[in-house]
Amino acid sequence: MIPLQHVIALSAALFLIGLVGAVVRRNLIVILMSIELMLNAVNLALVGFSRAQAQLTGQIFVFMVIAVAAAEVAVGLGILISLFRNRDSVNVEDVSLLKW
Amino acid sequence: MTTSLLFFYFFAAVALISALGMVLNTRNTVAAAMCLVATMLSLAGVYLLLDAYLIAAIQVLVYAGAIVVLFVFVVMLLNLRSDAFPPSRQVLSKALAVVLGGYVMWRFLKLLPGMLPPEKPIPAGFGGYEAVAIELFTRWVLPFEVTSFLLLAAIVGAVVLAKRRLD
Repeated sequence: MIPLQHVIALSAALFLIGLVGAVVRRNLIVILMSIELMLNAVNLALVGFSRAQAQLTGQIFVFMVIAVAAAEVAVGLGILISLFRNRDSVNVEDVSLLKW
Repeated sequence: MTTSLLFFYFFAAVALISALGMVLNTRNTVAAAMCLVATMLSLAGVYLLLDAYLIAAIQVLVYAGAIVVLFVFVVMLLNLRSDAFPPSRQVLSKALAVVLGGYVMWRFLKLLPGMLPPEKPIPAGFGGYEAVAIELFTRWVLPFEVTSFLLLAAIVGAVVLAKRRLD
């Protein structure tokens, strides 16, 4: 029996690593990967709570999150390829047009 | 300490180390993608230990199988050079991000033990394909169908974005 506390701690640690990666890194591909890592951390928390409450709704929600993640990667990498074609770079500092 | 707890710590350690490897690796993007694969696979192991068998299988198929392959495909397609990223000028704000993140994590871990509800015993067959399928196709069938529209929109969007020129 794995304590829920440890599962949530692991989930929080993974989310934090993903968040720091998304904020600190400049490679757009790695930023997308960090977002995937954050989604995975949320999935882990959902699965942990689903088992602790003995309800399958959390696992159903994980399905939806995985579908959203797949869609997000497809569109994100499409944007990335189109960006690379126009700017010849995947550095986020080269595409800061909308940044204040 | 039981065997499952031992396995949980092993998978958790692998997931954390490879996640750190993904974020800290600034040289090789393909290596970062491989670290992401290791994280996804060890998370699938954690799902197995948490009685989410179907989710574990889907994790391996969709994340480690499809999503990371897409990442590696794009990295190799773009043929990125390692000198494309000159040293950053905003070292201070990034260090601040790491320090603040660590502080929030520390506060969270201190608060965590008192916040969680008591755990309930799980019924037999919990998390197997039968139980999940019954739940998915009875109670949550409408969200499941809406997901197909989301995926369709994503497919069309990806094709339109990656196309060279719209006629």
